[in-house]
Amino acid sequence: MSRIKNVIIKITGYRLFLPLLCLAIVLLVNIIKTPSFFEITIKNGVFYGYIVDIINRSSELVILSIGMTLVVAASGGTDISVGAVSAVSGAVAIFILGGGQTSTDFYHAPYLLGVLAAIGVGALLGAWNGFLVAKMRIQPMVATLILYTAGRGIAQLITKGQILYLRVDHFKQLGGFIPGIPLPTPVFVAILCILVTMLLLKKTALGLYVQTVGINSRAARLVGLNSTMIKFLTYTFCGLCSGIAGMIITSRVYSIDANNAGLNIELDAILAVALGGNSLGGGKFSLLGSVIGAVTIQALTTTLYAMKVSADQLYVYKAIVVILIVALQSSELKRMLRNLRGRSQVTQTGKEVA
Amino acid sequence: MNFRIKKMDSKQFLLLITIGLFIVMYLAGMVVFQDKNFGKLQVFLNLFISNAGLIVAATGMTMVIITGGIDISVGSVIAMTCMLLAWMMEIKGMGAVPALAIVLAVGLVYGLVQGWLIAYLKIQPFIVTLAGLFFARGMTAVISTDMISIKNGLFLKWANAKIYFPFGGAMNRKGVMVYPYLYPSVLLALLTLVLFFVVLKYTKFGRSVYAVGGNEQSALMMGVNIRRTKLKVYAINGVLGTFAGFLFSLNTCAGFVEQAKGFEMEAIASSVIGGALLTGGVGNVFGSLLGVLIKGTIETFITFQGTLSSWWTKITIAVLLAFFIILQSVLASRKVKVG
Amino acid sequence: MECENKVVLTMRHISKNFPGVVALSNVDFTLRAGEIHALMGENGAGKSTLIKVLTGVEEFEAGEIRVIDKKEPIINKSPHEAQENGISTVYQEVNLCPNLTVAENLFIGREPMKRGMIDWKTMNKKSKELLMNLDIDIDVAMALENYSLAIQQMIAIARAVDMSARVLILDEPTSSLDDNEVEKLFQLMRHLKSKGVGIIFVTHFLEQVYEVCDRITVLRNGSLVGEFEVGKLPRVQLVAKMMGKDFDDLASIKKSSGNQAAASGEVLISAKQLSHSGTIKPFDLDIHKGEVIGLTGLLGSGRSELARTIYGADRADTGELQVKGKKVLFGAPIDAMKAGMGYLPENRKEEGIIADLSVRENIIIALQAKRGMFRLLSRKEQEEFTDKYIGLLKIKTSDREVPIRQLSGGNQQKVILGRWLLNNPDFLILDEPTRGIDVGTKAEIQKLVVQLAQEGMAVMFISSEIEEMLRTCSRMVVLRDRCMVGELQEEQLGQDSIMRAIAGGAVNE
Repeated sequence: MSRIKNVIIKITGYRLFLPLLCLAIVLLVNIIKTPSFFEITIKNGVFYGYIVDIINRSSELVILSIGMTLVVAASGGTDISVGAVSAVSGAVAIFILGGGQTSTDFYHAPYLLGVLAAIGVGALLGAWNGFLVAKMRIQPMVATLILYTAGRGIAQLITKGQILYLRVDHFKQLGGFIPGIPLPTPVFVAILCILVTMLLLKKTALGLYVQTVGINSRAARLVGLNSTMIKFLTYTFCGLCSGIAGMIITSRVYSIDANNAGLNIELDAILAVALGGNSLGGGKFSLLGSVIGAVTIQALTTTLYAMKVSADQLYVYKAIVVILIVALQSSELKRMLRNLRGRSQVTQTGKEVA
Repeated sequence: MNFRIKKMDSKQFLLLITIGLFIVMYLAGMVVFQDKNFGKLQVFLNLFISNAGLIVAATGMTMVIITGGIDISVGSVIAMTCMLLAWMMEIKGMGAVPALAIVLAVGLVYGLVQGWLIAYLKIQPFIVTLAGLFFARGMTAVISTDMISIKNGLFLKWANAKIYFPFGGAMNRKGVMVYPYLYPSVLLALLTLVLFFVVLKYTKFGRSVYAVGGNEQSALMMGVNIRRTKLKVYAINGVLGTFAGFLFSLNTCAGFVEQAKGFEMEAIASSVIGGALLTGGVGNVFGSLLGVLIKGTIETFITFQGTLSSWWTKITIAVLLAFFIILQSVLASRKVKVG
Repeated sequence: MECENKVVLTMRHISKNFPGVVALSNVDFTLRAGEIHALMGENGAGKSTLIKVLTGVEEFEAGEIRVIDKKEPIINKSPHEAQENGISTVYQEVNLCPNLTVAENLFIGREPMKRGMIDWKTMNKKSKELLMNLDIDIDVAMALENYSLAIQQMIAIARAVDMSARVLILDEPTSSLDDNEVEKLFQLMRHLKSKGVGIIFVTHFLEQVYEVCDRITVLRNGSLVGEFEVGKLPRVQLVAKMMGKDFDDLASIKKSSGNQAAASGEVLISAKQLSHSGTIKPFDLDIHKGEVIGLTGLLGSGRSELARTIYGADRADTGELQVKGKKVLFGAPIDAMKAGMGYLPENRKEEGIIADLSVRENIIIALQAKRGMFRLLSRKEQEEFTDKYIGLLKIKTSDREVPIRQLSGGNQQKVILGRWLLNNPDFLILDEPTRGIDVGTKAEIQKLVVQLAQEGMAVMFISSEIEEMLRTCSRMVVLRDRCMVGELQEEQLGQDSIMRAIAGGAVNE
């Protein structure tokens, strides 16, 4: 018995247990509900199917959740401006490449310039957030609230309030398919982002620094770390990720709608981090957990779509999942349950005495 | 022993900036848009008419911010309220009064749930209300994804009842005497504001709200029940949110999913511009009224100017918000040094 | 003077255990009306536990507490209940709300009401009267945060007294006050004393005890040492009682050994008029290669603060610091580390360990920080280093990947020691390295310190235990009231001379 118990404890104690369990549950529901869920077909030389769709659609979320993971780990707060920053990046890219025209079918500037500008703007906005959080010591959510409010306004300023189209096939490739490759491009971009970040964490001390600052910033200072700089870097990095995500989002629809690009994606990104088994209070983190979390959320979304839930209604389910997960992480709830059990024992013994 | 006061109260300083800002902006408007009658009383009254809901929402927000919390779900709650009202009256054929009562009850339950999660489970208010934001917006869509217009007779009567001033009239182009007017919604909003001014200033509950935001640990030591205070604050805020939604619907007379998007930011900005400290403990409902008026003035500017687009409102508000947040942070860090 | 004899509070045979530790054992305490009674003791003496037991923050296991008006013994379950029994506490960090007005802070929870609403006029009037009674003249309608800490403290005291306190506990009220403010506080204390309030005064400052107190109760290791009248207990004896040596015995104890490495004479670190405002007054200090320099003084004397200022953990406000003859300016600890320093902080839990990280990560973190982000130590190097120090320091852990929070206090301390040794510093600061650690580990650490000095490292050693200091240090610096007051050379080291210096007797130069 105790051996089985030990095994169970070991399995549930595994860091990626929660995210994998959630993913498994979502997939299991699909096996029962929509057996066609797992079919993959090939049309016009590219793969189609729900699974491919999930992995494809989750790409920008995966990228955002990478940045969000580091922000959460280092500062114990979340960046709620990632959606708005993505919109600004997308607007910048299309504005530069499309020469500011409402609809155009050729590049007005080199593609690379557009991409670099988009990512650069993302990083710049991230740096602003980082400055407020790390240097001005403003609570992360309050600090990022500013860009959450202003971001879409800035994006509209760039697009002059219109939806800008860039009908260039090459531009669509980032969010679609590169000819001759059967898998959607965003998947490769996401994998590249994961690999680069992993490499960064493996080959430099960044991961160790971020965790140290997140767990105990006073001790971090005494062992010679510059907490301000590290927090600043994570926010800048998160902005950079938002820029990349913004590129994919705009490329998918070869247009930028400042009001709706990346709308509400910040909740998904935060949810991905929490689902990944990471504490929203900061400290130790698992990048892979967040990635699995992001895929899980997309799987949930796709599943609910398949079950004919409308896009707007989806948020009811997501909100409930968020609250459930944070409530489960809450030490107060554990204490409350313990007390409840303890109290019932006390009243029992009390009765005996009486 | 006589002790001198070291410096000017920082909260008075913040409020003073806001008052100055409003006066300067309004005077500037009167000068710049002289030809368009910016100085007319009705233009000023319109600030209240178009922002009655915001006044109520900002009142609730200020109270929440005083405890050191935040509520970013209020925009969605307003959308949900409008939709629920429209759905109950138009689809279910209910009367306006029971519909209003139900909506307020929903607000109470909603607020209690948020409050319990924040006060008793100690989850960050931001996370809870972020989930609340999505939940309420999603529920709006669950009720109906299509827009529902409100045609209920009593409701429209409430919405369109103009209350004229007995003075200050002016001839319009057709030679008819037009007096300045208000809607009942404005009176309700201002009444709420005054009520909460009194509650915050003159009741034990009100003072414990400030105590909790000032220093939770100390408040506990002085015998304030922190959790119950917070629960009450979020519950009241829930009711105020739906009440603001009701006032909002009097202006729009419709329910649709996209309604009042970004409204929470306007409420937060109004509170912060009105001198509420996001770290808690400081705030004033009249200050938040000033915040609302400043936001309204920016919008009026943009309307009068004619060529500027609506997103300038967002950007200007964000700039003001950034300015005040940074100012607060600077003031706070200075205080630490003095202590 | 008749109220002098009336006892307002008695605690008898109070005992309290924490898991594995006896916090209080059979402690008696008596407080009379109209007296200021100092409660003294070093770290772990049981002062704060006794206060917590009295005010209902902690439960106690045996003994009884009686107050003057109650026939039955009382047991307080919360600070609130204690207050109802006439026992109020004012802490160092003022427990008031800075954003509320002075009047509100005095009356919160019991505001005067009129027609269901708070009657501000009456509240302000009553507050004004209350404070005038205590000779404090301020605008009660202003927010508390506008006033200095000293005044805030007095307001806290006023609140406590007004809630009918017979017993007023002042827990280190003077730690963050300047001399002028302390004097004002004392005036208030004397005023209350004349009104018959019994005051328990917890402090580290000897001067203050002798200035304002009538009696002293000394605790050590959870036991009562005794109750003394201030006039009959010379300072040196008080220090001896606190430190745990009977003064008469001291003369006969010689320094335990002469095994310290002789300082090579080469000056490694030289501080001139270095200071950090509010924590340590300007000091001059030379530290030589191969010596163990001890910092001694009571808790709060500035011994930790001196070390922090040298290390750059607190940025120096004035003065100059030289390392190996070169002038340095430390903006952050990393600068000190690059100049060859290491620092084991006093507060292991909050400033030392990085709780969720593994033993390996905790050991290599400082070296890694010094190398910079892009020169990551390879996993193999990390493991080698970790294993080396696990072996060298005999760290008891099942695996190098175990989170450090799972280790015992002593082993955590060894990990942090390993962290700094890995950096191979020229100068290592150890602030209370042996606190809360078992005897065996203590001895190991002491031996290690001496050995490190023999190998040429300069070590700064801070401890509350004089014997330990005597065993390890070759020279000692004495601090009192945030000021460096003297140095004792090797030949002068002895318990009596140290205690005299701490207590404020003449130090032979």
